[in-house]
Amino acid sequence: MDVHEYQAKAIFRRFGIPVHEGELARSPAEAAEAARRMGGTVVVKAQVHAGGRGKAGGIRLAKTPEEARGAAASILGLQIKGRTVKKLLITPASDIDHEYYAGIVLDRGAGRPLVMVSREGGIDIELVAKDRPDALKKLHFDPARGLRGYEAMWLAASIEDDSEGKKAIAGILAKLARTFVACDLSLAEINPLIREKDGGYLALDAKVTVDDSGLFRHPELAELRDLEEEDPDEDRARSQGLSFIRLEGTIGCVVNGAGLAMATMDLVKHFGGEPANFLDVGGSSNPEKVVTALDIITKDPSVRVILFNIFGGITRCDDIARGLVKALEMKPVERPIVVRLTGTNEEAAREILAGVSGVQSEGGMEEAVRRAVALAGAGGRVSA
Amino acid sequence: MSILIDSSTRVVVQGITGRDGSFHTRAMKGYGTRVVAGVTPGKGGLDFEGTPIFDTVREAVEATGADTSVIYVPPAFAPDAVREAADAGIRLVVAITEGIPAMEMASVFQEIGMKGVRVVGPNCPGLISPGKCKVGIMPAEIHRQGPVGVVSRSGTLTYEMVHQLSAAGLGQSTCLGIGGDPIIGTTFLDALTLFREDPETEGVVLIGEIGGTAEEEAAVYIRETLGKPVVAFIAGQTAPPGRRMGHAGAIISGGSGTAAEKVAALEGSGIRVARRPSEIGPLMREALG
Repeated sequence: MDVHEYQAKAIFRRFGIPVHEGELARSPAEAAEAARRMGGTVVVKAQVHAGGRGKAGGIRLAKTPEEARGAAASILGLQIKGRTVKKLLITPASDIDHEYYAGIVLDRGAGRPLVMVSREGGIDIELVAKDRPDALKKLHFDPARGLRGYEAMWLAASIEDDSEGKKAIAGILAKLARTFVACDLSLAEINPLIREKDGGYLALDAKVTVDDSGLFRHPELAELRDLEEEDPDEDRARSQGLSFIRLEGTIGCVVNGAGLAMATMDLVKHFGGEPANFLDVGGSSNPEKVVTALDIITKDPSVRVILFNIFGGITRCDDIARGLVKALEMKPVERPIVVRLTGTNEEAAREILAGVSGVQSEGGMEEAVRRAVALAGAGGRVSA
Repeated sequence: MSILIDSSTRVVVQGITGRDGSFHTRAMKGYGTRVVAGVTPGKGGLDFEGTPIFDTVREAVEATGADTSVIYVPPAFAPDAVREAADAGIRLVVAITEGIPAMEMASVFQEIGMKGVRVVGPNCPGLISPGKCKVGIMPAEIHRQGPVGVVSRSGTLTYEMVHQLSAAGLGQSTCLGIGGDPIIGTTFLDALTLFREDPETEGVVLIGEIGGTAEEEAAVYIRETLGKPVVAFIAGQTAPPGRRMGHAGAIISGGSGTAAEKVAALEGSGIRVARRPSEIGPLMREALG
């Protein structure tokens, strides 16, 4: 789960990482007021779950409250990578002496968190990593042991020469590592970490991604989810234990298992169709999940066909079949449903679905996908 | 032969009395797996359809000689279940549970690293050596005994592939689901190393998906070391970047981890890549010559 910069900074502050106190604004008037309270030059920053805010015009400097009002008016409503800006963070402007990079990711290959620092911050760190790997210093650490003081110092000393500065950066890195572990993060990034002209160090930006699987033990972080940024159907699906992502095609897919769901979408595309969604009903599917899944999919008017591809394991085919029958009883679906159910309890499922009108069964995945594509008609894509 | 499990494997089920644990214990026993014990804290002394239940894995191991455990407990308790199995001297731990915090698993793997235990998963379907032993949740009837090793990051997609192989008359030595999480105990490289050493395995099917670089690393090993033919499949050609496709590990981030990159890395190493599941059988047959 991504959180906004202002939320990430609140988390950082809780763990003692220096950040500017800022204020959230939802309108130009609120932005002007915040700027007036702060006095001096401020930065008006779009709060949206998308990278490249600066390049897209989502970050502006304002010398007066009136300028802040104007900047806010131009940023609010801006589309950045398909997302609309609805919130702004107003912070005092910094007198920047130098920009560094500090970040921690969960390194899948090593199975441990990886701290990365660079003398060159404020730029695309992936480019630095690719073009000049020497400019990036890296160190893994064991989450149970934490990043030790000497390790943080070793990293800090590689990007700062000043004696007090090294200590300040090492302190920030140690706190960042503590935040990373304590909050179950998969990414914590300060880009840039800055030295101000007066010699202070602080996190000018903050980027945090929380491991979804860790949210159950951090209810305070789960509350940070910004429902305005999310598709309401995706949110509803998640609350029911479904994994759903809306796409732009005409074939609604109900699949168990993420890998099979992706492979089903790929096959739909292979045969000339377009999937309307990714949907994994998950393991141990109870019939209610199928009811919800079908409800979400059929709400989309561009869906012409619904395709079930279920390979039972921990998911039992009869549960899926019961859910489908129940959903159809509650609300008829005026579109063809192609069903492929195989694996655990498939016989029972077949009996349940025998004679249910509007449901066409296929034995194999490829046959089912072909049939769904044919029913959806040529040119399955719906223009936005 | 086969890898990791065979007819001598003695299994303890952690979480044997839960909905999934009990259902799949029945299925494993029905397949002929020697399920010698179950563990549910507080229910020690009872039995599950003739299988003795213990309060701890340690007691189960002492009383029954269990050497392999399979974990069906909820995410909040699963990390400790892995620790407990490792502490009790279990040799192979199969963690089925989905939704365990990755940081917790990172800690667990650091802690148990020196204990000589192998963990498969978490968030995986388990493994099966057809005709010998099944430790997991896969539908057994689709499998046939034979020369093809299967290793996969997915669950149900593996079933589809196995189904295709069996239909093409190609049986399997062992089918192993390594799990869809970012941090897992057994990687593609570990599995390929085991298949390399297994005389029964003549070829390997590798089923990958978007996210991470495990397929790229596997490609190098296959080209340089494996010495057995491999057919691969990568799910997620149509996945949008930046969106997590169900599995915690299946996400294209920062432009890396795409299916196209993985297919290119595999094909660049001379590995046949199936474009759709139905090509797996014919390509494997061709590869085996």
